[in-house]
Amino acid sequence: MKLSAYRIAANKLRTAHILSVETESPTVKIFTFKDKQCARAKPGQFLMLWIPSVDEIPLSILDAKENGMVSVAVRKVGEATGAFHNKSVGELVGVRGPFGNCFTLKEGRILMVSGGTGTAPILFLAERLAPKIAKLVFVLGAKTREELLFLNKSKRILGGEKTQLIATTEDGSCGIKGLVTKPLERLLEQERFDMIYTCGPEQMMRKVFDLAEKYGVALEASLERLMRCAIGLCGSCVIGRYRVCKDGPVFTAKQLRENKSEFGISKRGFSGRKIPL
Amino acid sequence: MLASGILGLSAESLSNIVMGGAGAIVTKSVGLKPRKGYANPTVVQTSYGLINAMGLPNPGITEFIKEIHEAKSFGVPVIVSVYGFSAEEYATVAKKAVNAGSDAVELNVSCPHVKETGSEIGQNPEILAEVVRKVKAVVEKPVFVKLSPNVTNIAEIAEVAAKAGANALTAINTVKAMAIDTETTVPILSNKIGGLSGPAIKPVAVSCVYEIYERVKLPIIGCGGITNWRDVVEFLLAGATAVQIGTAIALKGPNVFKKVTRGIDAYLKRKGFKSVNEIVGLSHCS
Repeated sequence: MKLSAYRIAANKLRTAHILSVETESPTVKIFTFKDKQCARAKPGQFLMLWIPSVDEIPLSILDAKENGMVSVAVRKVGEATGAFHNKSVGELVGVRGPFGNCFTLKEGRILMVSGGTGTAPILFLAERLAPKIAKLVFVLGAKTREELLFLNKSKRILGGEKTQLIATTEDGSCGIKGLVTKPLERLLEQERFDMIYTCGPEQMMRKVFDLAEKYGVALEASLERLMRCAIGLCGSCVIGRYRVCKDGPVFTAKQLRENKSEFGISKRGFSGRKIPL
Repeated sequence: MLASGILGLSAESLSNIVMGGAGAIVTKSVGLKPRKGYANPTVVQTSYGLINAMGLPNPGITEFIKEIHEAKSFGVPVIVSVYGFSAEEYATVAKKAVNAGSDAVELNVSCPHVKETGSEIGQNPEILAEVVRKVKAVVEKPVFVKLSPNVTNIAEIAEVAAKAGANALTAINTVKAMAIDTETTVPILSNKIGGLSGPAIKPVAVSCVYEIYERVKLPIIGCGGITNWRDVVEFLLAGATAVQIGTAIALKGPNVFKKVTRGIDAYLKRKGFKSVNEIVGLSHCS
């Protein structure tokens, strides 16, 4: 049988021992495990993580190394992520993936905008892109200083003359007070960018998209939806005619333009019904 | 045509399937009330197929009507898959679906992983007959009955559905299945039991079609593991007049419909058949 990129068994469930757990913020932990397949993931791709007997959740890949190490960042928001946070080094989790498309690797002048755990795939991209590009401005947002994620990692990746890190917090406890979109308008007015990459809360990405449209800058955004099968069959994650798990999770401004009535506004709930974000 | 359960919760996502060459689309199964379905994991990828236990997630027929309206604009027949927890529920949902423009309804009496509906109905000849009769009494469009392979004798069940008034039979739904993770010793699906689809079940489905064809003179829609044109031809030779494709979309993308249609055309030409009708049930003569 001819091998196809769509082969069902190509990325089926396997288990991995948790090799390290780091506390990144009061609500976010970084888990690292060894998985050869996900270690080959490209920035923007995601995996399905199974917490045995509890749930299976989609997670962005924060880091994937040649030695097989894969890291994911998990915010404690509900039962599944709570159960995951209770896991310690040596325990088993299940992994499927990597799934979905990836960010295109654009060189030139780049603007990255991320919020919350949405920073994970953007930082993964920044790490791969940093050596190649002319200029990189990274705008990182959070509610408070202590929820500003991956600050140390960002500083390490972005520590060069070509790069600039701008932090924003809603309460003003670190960096610029306000949303990530606050410094954006000024940046877009003053500088010319070849590409904007964004990931974070969808309302935030919608504002970034609207600004990118206003200033005529190309954009790619990584979306999140309810995921079940992760292989493009079940339809749980659809936005418009696109399946986020298969046609995404990274979408271009052109694709998002087709879905202005949904992007940043609504998603499909467990029953398939459209619900506000 | 597209098999039920694939995409099908939103009309827009079905538009790609129509562009991919599907001649008709069957929606995800819809019931009277909204249902959230089961917690993940809801699918297990195996070497030769997919085990799923979605748990019939759907927004309920009232909410789904607007999706039916939109799906109708794609220019191919729309078949709403219907489930219920009683014969009355099947009839109510089927009637609403047809009133909303559904060109036919397919009764899901074969889902292997939700209690008190699906295969629990399709495995019981009396209840199955009652469901089919009640639906037939209220809708004027064709009624397809999708049969479960998880029975002792599928041809007998097919005959029951035919006598109760079914207009066509879809064979087959998924085969009851399970997967256990050896490292954690835990059943993977949250529902533990699910249904197997994909290449693994194709030989099972072909034999079901073959046996039904011998017993019942109704159109049979073949379904189960079709991935390429050769699979389709096999179903046609066994007696199917149409086929449904689902899991192969994960293997080959929505264009699988165009690919198999081209393959069948080439086969007919090469073998000197004038029409696809000439090969329907042909293997029964040999």
